[in-house]
Order: sequence, then structure tokens, then C-alpha cells
Amino acid sequence: MALLQISEPGQSAAPHQHRLAAGIDLGTTNSLVATMRSGVADTLPDDFGSHLLPSVVRFAEEAVIVGDEAKVAAADDPLNTIASAKRLIGRGLDDVKRLGSRLPYEFVQTDTAVPRIRTRRGDLSPTEVSAEVLKVLAARAETALGGELSGVVITVPAYFDEAQRQATKDAARLAGLEVFRLLNEPTAAAVAYGLDKDVDGIHAVYDLGGGTFDISILRLRRGVFEVLATGGDSALGGDDLDFAVARWIMERAGIDDDASHTVLRRLMRDACAAKEALSETDRVPLRVELSNGTQWEGELDRTTFDTLIDPIVSKTVAACRRCLRDAGLRPGEVKDVVMVGGSTRVPRVRERVGELFGTTPLVDRDPDRVVAIGAALQADVLAGNKSADEMLLLDVIPLSLGLETMGGLVEKIIPRNTTIPVARAQEFTTFKDGQTAMAIHVLQGERDLVADCRSLARFELRGIPPMVAGAARILVSFEVDADGLLNVTAIEKSSGVKAQVEVKPSYGLTDAEIESMLRDSMAHAGEDLQARRLREQQVEARRALEALRAALAIDGDALLDASERQGVEDALLRLEEIAAGDDAQAIKIATDDLEKACAFYVERRMNRSIRDAMAGHKVEELKQK
Amino acid sequence: MLDFSKSHFELFGLPLSYRVDSGLLAERYHALQRSLHPDRYAVAGEREKRLSLQASTRVNEAFQTLKDPLERARYLLSLHTGDSGGEKETTQDMAFLMEQMELREALSEAKDQSDPIAAVDAVLDRLADQTSGLLDQLEACFESGSEQDLEAARELVRKLQFVAKCRVEAEGLEAELDELL
Repeated sequence: MALLQISEPGQSAAPHQHRLAAGIDLGTTNSLVATMRSGVADTLPDDFGSHLLPSVVRFAEEAVIVGDEAKVAAADDPLNTIASAKRLIGRGLDDVKRLGSRLPYEFVQTDTAVPRIRTRRGDLSPTEVSAEVLKVLAARAETALGGELSGVVITVPAYFDEAQRQATKDAARLAGLEVFRLLNEPTAAAVAYGLDKDVDGIHAVYDLGGGTFDISILRLRRGVFEVLATGGDSALGGDDLDFAVARWIMERAGIDDDASHTVLRRLMRDACAAKEALSETDRVPLRVELSNGTQWEGELDRTTFDTLIDPIVSKTVAACRRCLRDAGLRPGEVKDVVMVGGSTRVPRVRERVGELFGTTPLVDRDPDRVVAIGAALQADVLAGNKSADEMLLLDVIPLSLGLETMGGLVEKIIPRNTTIPVARAQEFTTFKDGQTAMAIHVLQGERDLVADCRSLARFELRGIPPMVAGAARILVSFEVDADGLLNVTAIEKSSGVKAQVEVKPSYGLTDAEIESMLRDSMAHAGEDLQARRLREQQVEARRALEALRAALAIDGDALLDASERQGVEDALLRLEEIAAGDDAQAIKIATDDLEKACAFYVERRMNRSIRDAMAGHKVEELKQK
Repeated sequence: MLDFSKSHFELFGLPLSYRVDSGLLAERYHALQRSLHPDRYAVAGEREKRLSLQASTRVNEAFQTLKDPLERARYLLSLHTGDSGGEKETTQDMAFLMEQMELREALSEAKDQSDPIAAVDAVLDRLADQTSGLLDQLEACFESGSEQDLEAARELVRKLQFVAKCRVEAEGLEAELDELL
């Protein structure tokens, strides 16, 4: 009788199946990539030893330049050097207009909802710009790890809405990356801190990034990170602190609001430098070049600086209080507060956050790198490199999901802070005889009026069997997955007919647009779309084969009888044969066939996994039948 | 597949009763999610991913239902009587309705008080007392389980729904007042 070590289903027992994975912090100002190496998660530096990659992309004549090089050239080539694409991703032109003169780019509105930036490379969407940053980081990881990445975990602000999340995933798709998970930044930070401290209790994460603010309250209990509530502002960040200082300088120095972009950029840089200096000293000298060639000199002291930034910090504190209320907690019930984001180095910020929670904020981890490190830790788990006893992250949807109803009102169907994944169903009926189609408008937000919420998408249901008005019973299911992304399915209950759902994202790219962008970018890089498709299908086939082989090794004998086992082995061999060829379509079909053929086995494994989970033990022995 | 015909109680291996051991519930919830959550299937095939998503969603729904006393009560009623009682049902208890009206009036007048937040907090305290009183009665009804008591339980659920709505309004007002600080 053989004794086999059996681990939980879904996990690979074989060490040679170690998959390469990375965590990416796609930030407003700076981005980072981190990986696990020798059991330690750390960020990866570039050739010059710099871990932070400025999220600046320059579309130069000859090449796309990302990072410090692009940043340096920004002043010389402002229309083609895009920074802070994260402020624009998943947003519409109206949002962009509201951000106003702070952005020097040339925006154009095409017939789709996504604003484009006119560059010498064409009219580009913020998604495409972010894709360039991801490409550089992925390449850095692959060089460091010496192989191709199986997938990545990309972090997003917890307060990002569905459109912003989808756009981030689209950027990864354009960069040719498989996304294991979109991970909320505060949760990532909690992971990076939590594993070291292993202290069960309630923790808060205060994340003040360059352009976004998140507050998350989590309960950590025996390796399970449960987000209780999350709040924030996806248009408030450290840059606003800089802007407050820049405004003050402008007033003192007599610089007009309509100063050139170059002047504004320089002012922001000076303001940022002043902010950073004031974290160490009490006063900082300022010197600004005016447009008439003269110089203005002044001094900013810490007291004045604190007064300038207090209104902004107050907004964050208010969001913290709201989050506590949502979680049903008093400030004193929070064990500790973790500070994330460069601007949390500002003493006044630490002071006020400490005041609210009645505890000294934790700052021992580098606030710039902690998010990427948390992402890398999770990426390693998701890639299947760790045993099933590892951490479990249970996150929430940050904003309520609703439907437009009569009179421009929004009816909430999934309230904010609901643990994901989650699904809710709503029944609709037709109001005209013979009606075969229906439009559903989905929004996100807390307000009652459509006008005050964010439009996500319009879903058109087609193929409803024609009936008398009011007779149709259309069950629409709204599913939010673990990435916070929405999927809508619809079925007419009396006939059982599944309606086709066509998604018209309000601020997102359609599948067709992404396909077209992929083709363009590959044509540019001299790559072949066909070859890429083939490779992708082969990778997927290989993954399916590996997973099934690993599963069979674990419990094939226990869960399958001889003829079932044979059926599965035959299906495996069939796919192996076809995957060795070069017909991408055939491989796709064969992969799907294999999954269909083994669906019953997969279900059995899952059921057994549940039984084992409930019985609370790992099976250590293989029993002979 | 995660048997969708199972009740939430069966899913967590808990006895069918109104009183639930919250520690045990949380433990079982975590154990199930450890096995089923999409994070466990990040590198699995499409079908497995789909199954995991459905299963994990089901577990979340079951947990939320059993965790919240009011949801749990409505769920138990639906198991016992096939009907959880729609949210639109109202109570006929005049004394109760009068008290609810008074509390709502107190809320609408709160802004004009010298200490608005204290006024709202007083309403919230009263609502909390009402809730715990109603929940105690509810527990007794479910324990007995007779037809009569189940009818009584439905009435209690209606009242709790009223109280819950009022509480949501009060909390919203408290949030508004807090923002103005």
C-alpha cells in the first residue's frame, strides 16, 4: 500500500511546477514590481538600482520611453509625455475636463466614451499608456527571474470603481500579461505587514498615494484577512498636498493661474521637494524662476505648511470615520494603523491619523514599496507555489452597485462593503407585447439619483422570446467576481432561453477596440498576431494538462473508477497531440473538450475539498479501495 | 458541485436553529472559503474557475444570511413556511407604529437641537434597545417552533424591518452631521 502525501485540491504537490509570478504596484506617480526570491518578497530595481519606476511614458519618434528618462524629457516634449495615466484610466472625458488645466495633454473625443490623448503615436487611451508601464515592469521581473511570467497580481486602489478596474485589467491584456488577481492596495499592504507580525485583530490601512486615497479596515484572524469596510477618494492624493503648496507659492510670487504648463510643472516639482524637506526640517527656502526672468525667493515653515494641507488631511480623516461607521467600530477598537504611500511621511498626516485612532501609526515598512511586496506575496500563493494553508484574502466591493429605475433613480442591488465574490438576481418583465430586447443601465455609487452616480455600462439583452407584455420573467444575475468586476447574465425563466447580453461600457474599451489595439501594438513591435495567438493557446493547453495530471496524481485512484480514469487519460492524450501542432483554433477547441470531459472529475474534487474542509483535516494517507 | 439544494445550515454543518454559534459559523466559513475561493483556482481551467466562483459566491451569501439576526430569521421562516415574508408587509401594531413615528420625528428635529449628534445617538440607543428586545422574543418563538409562534415570529420580523430602516436613516443623519464638524 502506497503512502502518498495528499495536499488540498487545486494545489500542485510537485515542486517542479513552480510558476514564476510577480506583484505589480501600478501607481499614479511611481510603479514597482516585486517577486519572491529565496522565500523573500522584495521589489526589483532597474540597472541603476532604482526600485521606483516613474509612471511616465514618452512616445518619442523612435521608441516608447518609460520612467526616469521620460520624466526628465517631460518639459521638452509635454504633449507626448504622459504622466499619471492612473488619474484617467476608466474615466470619461467629463471627468478629464474636471481635472482641467492641471493636465497639459491634448485630449480628443472619439465616438467611443474613452478619452484619447493625441500624441505623435496616434490618439491613445490611458489604458494603452498604462500598458507601456506594465510591459517594462514585467520585463524587469522576467529578467530577474530568468523566465516567462505565469501571471501577475496588479494592485488597484480599493476605491477604484468597476470601470477603473476593468481598464486596469485591459491594460494588462494589452501588455500581454495574465492577471491572477486585481488586489486592493490597502489589502496588499496589510498582507506585507501582517505576515511578519502575525497579530490577530483589527487593523486599519491608511493609504495616501500620489493621486488616490484609500482607508481599509480589516480583521486578521488565523491567516484570513477579512476586509470589514473600505472607503476613500480616487481623486485625492499626495499630489493635492503638493498643489496646495504650489498655489501658495503662486500667490506669494505673483504667478498667474494661466501660467504655462512648463512653469506649473516646475512649481509642482518644487512644491513636492518642499513638502519632502519639511518632513525633516522646520523650514525650507524656496526659489522660483518667474516668466520675466527674475527670481522670487521665499521660505515655507512647517506651521504654514500644516495649515495649507489641513483641509485635505481633514477630508481623509472624514473618510476614515465613515469607514469605521461602515465597519460598525469605534476608533479605539482598531489595534493599529498601517501607513502606506510616500505622503504618509508628512508628520502632520501621521499626527492627525494617530489622533483619530488613538494609536501611533505603523511606519516601519517602506511606504513606497509595501504594496508591491504584498502583491508579490499573493502572486506566489495564487501561482500555486505555496500549500493551501496560506493566507486567504476576503475583500469587498467598495461602492454600491445599482440599476436605473423609473424617474432617473438608482435602486441599489449590491450594497457597498459586501464581501466578494457576490451575486444578486433581479427579475424584470417586458412592457410591450412581443418585446424581444431590453436595456439595463448599471451604475455605481451611494446616491439616489442616476445623475449623482457613476454610469458603468448599459447591458442590452436580446433574444427574449416574444410574449404578451408583462408575461416574460427575465431573471438578470449580477455577479461581481474576486477582482471586483461585473458580469451580467440573463435568462427568461418561463422558456429557459438565455438572453444574449451585449455590454456597452460607459467609460471602457470594447473587446473590439482592445483587439484592434493589440494588433496595432504588435504590428509596431513586428510581432505576429497569429504567432501570439498560437502561443497563448499552447500555454493554456499546457496549463490544463499540467493541472489535470497533478490532480490525477493526487486523487485519480480515489475518486475515479477504471473506465472514468481511462476516459480522462484519453482526453489528455488527445489534447497533447493537438497542442503539439500549430492550429490555434483546434487547440482551443481541444482544451475546451478536455475541460468538458473532466468537468465531473473537477466537481468531485471540489466536493471532496469541501468535505475535508468541514472535517478540518488533511488527508495524509491514500486508502486502497 | 456545491449542492445548491442544501440549506445554509447544512452547508456550514450547523444545526437548524435560530441560535447560532457565531464563532463556529466563522470558523466553518473560513474553512470553506479556503477550499473554494477563486484565489485557490487562479491557475486552474476555465470550468474550474467558474465552479469556484459560483461556490464561493454561494458560501458568501449563506454566511451573510446566517450572520445577521434579521436575515437569519427571514431565512428560517422561508425554510419553515416557504415564505420569508416580503419586505412590503407591514405590522398592525399601533403602539409600535406610534413609537416608530415618534423616533422619526425626533430624527427630523435633531438638526434643530442644541446638540444634534446627541439627539441622534439617543434615537440610535432606543432603536438598539428595541432591536435586542425583539431579537430575544424572536429566539423564543423559533425555539418553540409551533404554528402560532412562527406566525408571531413573522410579526417580529416585520417590526425588526421597520426598526432596521429607521436605524439606517439615523445612521445616515449621524454621518451627515459628522461631516459638518
